[in-house]
Amino acid sequence: MSAEGDRYVLSRKDVSRLLEQLHQRGYTVLAPRVHEAALVYGEIRSVEELPSGWTDRQEGGTYRLERRSDDALFGYNVGPDSWKKYLFPAHEKLWTARRTAEGFEVEESRKTGPRYAFLGVRACEIAAMHIQDRVFGGPYADPGYQARRTGALIIAVQCGQAGNTCFCVSMKTGPRVTQGFDLSLTELLDGNDHRFLLEVGSERGAEIAESLHLPVAPPKDVRAAGELLDRTAAAMGRTLRTDDLHELLLGSPEHPHWEEIAQRCLSCTNCTLACPTCFCSTTEEVPELDGTKVERWRRWDSCFTLGFTQLGKSSVRRSGASRYRQWLTHKLASWQDQFGSSGCVGCGRCITWCPVGIDLTVEVPVLRTGARSKSSEGTAKP
Amino acid sequence: MASEGASPVPASSGTGGPKDPYVPVPYRVVENSSETPDTVTLTLHPVGGTRVPSFLPGQFNMFYAFGIGEAAISMSGDPHVVGRLVHTVRAVGKVTTALTRLRPGDVAGIRGPYGHGWPLEVARGRDVVIVAGGLGLAPLRPLVYQILRNRDHFGRVEIVYGARTPSDLLYYGEIQEWRKRSDLRFQVTVDSADRSWYGDVGVVTSRLPDARFDPSRAIAFVCGPEIMMKFTAQALEARGLSDEAIWLSMERNMKCAFAQCGHCQFGPHFICRDGPVLPYTRIRRLMALREV
Repeated sequence: MSAEGDRYVLSRKDVSRLLEQLHQRGYTVLAPRVHEAALVYGEIRSVEELPSGWTDRQEGGTYRLERRSDDALFGYNVGPDSWKKYLFPAHEKLWTARRTAEGFEVEESRKTGPRYAFLGVRACEIAAMHIQDRVFGGPYADPGYQARRTGALIIAVQCGQAGNTCFCVSMKTGPRVTQGFDLSLTELLDGNDHRFLLEVGSERGAEIAESLHLPVAPPKDVRAAGELLDRTAAAMGRTLRTDDLHELLLGSPEHPHWEEIAQRCLSCTNCTLACPTCFCSTTEEVPELDGTKVERWRRWDSCFTLGFTQLGKSSVRRSGASRYRQWLTHKLASWQDQFGSSGCVGCGRCITWCPVGIDLTVEVPVLRTGARSKSSEGTAKP
Repeated sequence: MASEGASPVPASSGTGGPKDPYVPVPYRVVENSSETPDTVTLTLHPVGGTRVPSFLPGQFNMFYAFGIGEAAISMSGDPHVVGRLVHTVRAVGKVTTALTRLRPGDVAGIRGPYGHGWPLEVARGRDVVIVAGGLGLAPLRPLVYQILRNRDHFGRVEIVYGARTPSDLLYYGEIQEWRKRSDLRFQVTVDSADRSWYGDVGVVTSRLPDARFDPSRAIAFVCGPEIMMKFTAQALEARGLSDEAIWLSMERNMKCAFAQCGHCQFGPHFICRDGPVLPYTRIRRLMALREV
């Protein structure tokens, strides 16, 4: 019998058997794939669709795919999207209403969730899911999110390398996956023996692991996996001091640096869409032309838009500076008051996918010093 | 530290109600009475005998116009009259314009009640100062009903209501009745008026210096435009009221009403869930800032 904490060796060729087991159980398997020159999550039917031999090079405002010298399946970090797009879809129908003799009748749309298996979930992304769990739980729990989340099988991948915009070590969310997974994989690439250390994280994971009849992992593989994660942790591209963030952000609402950032910020909303924890949404009414039927949809929204704070005929946050201040202050500080944790997991997406390369690990230290010049705390390695 | 406002009631607490918190319940309009040229008061009954959830003064509903959308609207009726809902709506955007045009027989949607209301239990035994600006009287009216129903639980009751012009005054007939009462002082002032107006002219804060209350044992409930509430809070403090005794009802853009859409954030507060009624002591620093 397999149990939580058990470790096995999964050979490279056994990955397809793992996929088979997932498909047999009715899961839609979602994993990173090469799509439009980026690693984007999507459905895979076979192991050949995984980005074998690809890696990514990330910097502020820069993302490039490059070939690796090996055939690693997970030799890269996070891409422009996150599992958020499945658990909290960018566009979701909430209900349909039809005109009746008695007024109208509402039919709920979100009764059952699909059965997702997420393959390749990083530690920071599991942390992001736990953060969104707190947003969409509680007395008004979102039924769509709950159905998809509880049904989702999480197959984590331990990061074998750190991206240039990664700072999960600072945010204490990674790189090691320690909880919230069903199975975890650590890719071991030494010599010609391409294999994975497979660790069981739940009963559901144990049942799948058992069906694969795998050899128990030797101590040297467990040790190699641990060393790999130590090297990843030591190679973080960014750092962010976190001990004073709550007081710093809440204490700096009138800092001149907000205006300086606003000179560069395009209010394009990319950071909020790429962020795995940003949860803001709006609702849309989609009526039929004849007025007999209407659908209500929920769509991602962003605190960077002017209309986000519309009140009457005006908006509360009219300036770009006030919108950037809201986003960063919420993410790093008021999130702690609201949900008991930071809203940032250190995945670096907002840095990589900012078209002008605004980097919160550079901006925050400026708020701290009170000076307009940039400190070196958050700058990337050469 | 002042205590929390009155507790919220989960919207889907009744059995058999919708499980998805976004789903509205159909209500039929039974009356649409005009208050001002752009504001109406709607009375609604649930379609098909659904129980109307009880609410606390200061709470709000999401009010849905079929095919148009939803807006957050406070209850403005008497919380003790069961089986109906009363909402006062001003036509500002497309949703509120559609709501003001609802006619008796039309069916709209309601979900709620949401948020924290006025902390009436904290007011027991104290002088009560109610300051309303414009449409801000609507969420305070249920509080007035509640206070008048239990009038001997409170000390002096002083109400100051300001509107832009005489034709913008809500609940005109009712106010005339209240002004006749001896257990209540109800002052009305307008920002500007022509010669047909015999009442006070001036912003609402101009009536506060001679409002009759004992600052050491009074509590103030304020609702109106944010700038009016800010100056009212300052004027009340100038009268010696502590900031913990001042409660404000805040307004922000709202889409969900249960702290999930992010729109109504005001610093760490979700106005929909933590408010709309909040103690001034918790938000005074934020109110001093621009574009929060």
